Amino acid sequence: MSDGTIKQVSEVVDEIYRSESRQVLATLIRLLGDFDTAEEALHEAFAVAVDQWSRDGVPANPRAWLVSTGRFKAIDGMRRRARFDASLVELAKQLESQFSTSHVEEREDEIVEDDRLRLIFTCCHPALSSEAQIAMTLREICGLTTEEIACAFLTKPSTVAQRIVRAKAKIREARIPYEVPSEKELPDRLDAVLRVMYLVFNEGYSASLGESLTRHDLSSEAIRLGRLLIELLPEPEALGLLALMLLHDSRRKTRTSPSGELVLLEDQDRSLWNREQITEGLSLVQQAISRGVVGSYTLQAAIAAIHAQASRSVETDWTQIIGLYDLLMQVEPSPVIELNRAVAVAMRDGPLVGLSLIDAILARGDLQNYHLVHAARADLCRRLERTAEARVSYERALSLTKQDPERRFLHRRLTELR
Amino acid sequence: MQYMLLIYGDEHALNETERQECYEESTQLAHRLKSAGQYVAANPLHPTTMATSVQVRGGKRLVTDGPFAETREQLGGYFLVEAKNLDEALDIAARIPMARKGTVEVRPVIEIPGLPAE
Repeated sequence: MSDGTIKQVSEVVDEIYRSESRQVLATLIRLLGDFDTAEEALHEAFAVAVDQWSRDGVPANPRAWLVSTGRFKAIDGMRRRARFDASLVELAKQLESQFSTSHVEEREDEIVEDDRLRLIFTCCHPALSSEAQIAMTLREICGLTTEEIACAFLTKPSTVAQRIVRAKAKIREARIPYEVPSEKELPDRLDAVLRVMYLVFNEGYSASLGESLTRHDLSSEAIRLGRLLIELLPEPEALGLLALMLLHDSRRKTRTSPSGELVLLEDQDRSLWNREQITEGLSLVQQAISRGVVGSYTLQAAIAAIHAQASRSVETDWTQIIGLYDLLMQVEPSPVIELNRAVAVAMRDGPLVGLSLIDAILARGDLQNYHLVHAARADLCRRLERTAEARVSYERALSLTKQDPERRFLHRRLTELR
Repeated sequence: MQYMLLIYGDEHALNETERQECYEESTQLAHRLKSAGQYVAANPLHPTTMATSVQVRGGKRLVTDGPFAETREQLGGYFLVEAKNLDEALDIAARIPMARKGTVEVRPVIEIPGLPAE
């Protein structure tokens, strides 16, 4: 066999690793009943593939081939270790008997999609901490390395590694099931999955204000996860969240100036918004709304959609946005949503009306330490030419925010106050 | 009258050898209690890192990782249940009336061989 062919095969294997390894892993976890055993089996299967495929050619169904090879390798390994650990004898026998009774090729291919959903729900199980859910999702479903995850979340690889080890131990010892939740459990469990995705997205999205490139890759990772989820489980809120992420991401390039300064929505160059993402986002919002019950991600996406549809800031349909915020307040009442609604009201009915709404929130004692409430208040005071009041609020906002681009923005506004 | 005896202690206090010795000694005690007609059930628990807490508020179930850590509330009872996995155990925990007022901590039990049958 010539060097050229070997190189070709290793390229094919790399490609198949990228496209298939997560699905193969998801199936192996179900078949072998353990994350670590499945990961080891996955890597052994790929090692065998490099060898065997360059000799015999790539099999017709590489996924099924990898699953059965991985399983065979795992049982083999268990039998070898059973010489030292008697408890493995039974397990190896058990796995082997399942192995010989199933018709690998067809049966495994059928259930593979379900396995990926199992993997998603297990990684985002509420019995795992939020940090563990995120680490497991990025590691097991997205296939990121521990180092990549640590870099994205500005933590040490050893911290991430420990979270993953602990999560796997809890999955094993407390028997977190590897199952798609029942219909009754689905809404709650789906919420947990969507929350993980949105956290990952936001981590990347907020990092895109300046900082390192690796961090904002997280947004793309979250969008990819969102796409996978709606392919497997097209629930309305999953559609809504994907739409929301796409519509936000479509503005990513215009949120900062070339020199790294924050650019507000109203000042962004809308011709640079990503049209493809907007089109996809709008169609997903439509699909989600058409299902009847409208949840909070869908409503937020619908608001983003209205912004996306206005070719200039002054053309924004604020009445419709306020209406959507009213619905959002019913679904998920929160002072932050109330604040956003107040800003929309200010855009439609003038700064004075908006200011009284914001002051009502603050008077209740809510959001006192939230920098955006003070920034919004400062902006309305500025528009009303209440310079002294604006200055106090800008300074308060400045004292509460740590993000550099936001700080520079607030500084700029402060010096402009004359 | 039945009594539940709750064992408190630093979960890192014993090394692996000491833990095995503790299991053996506890198993012997359980057998002595059994022959005296005083035994109902006994088991060690997995450490708190394996704990999951359940609360039900307004009909909605809140599941969180970790043990119950509120010092204002005290242990007030227990259920020892058989469940096929954590989800099934959480289902049962959420049905316990006190889940609506307090917290039910779910801890997997360690099965050690040699304990008396009930």
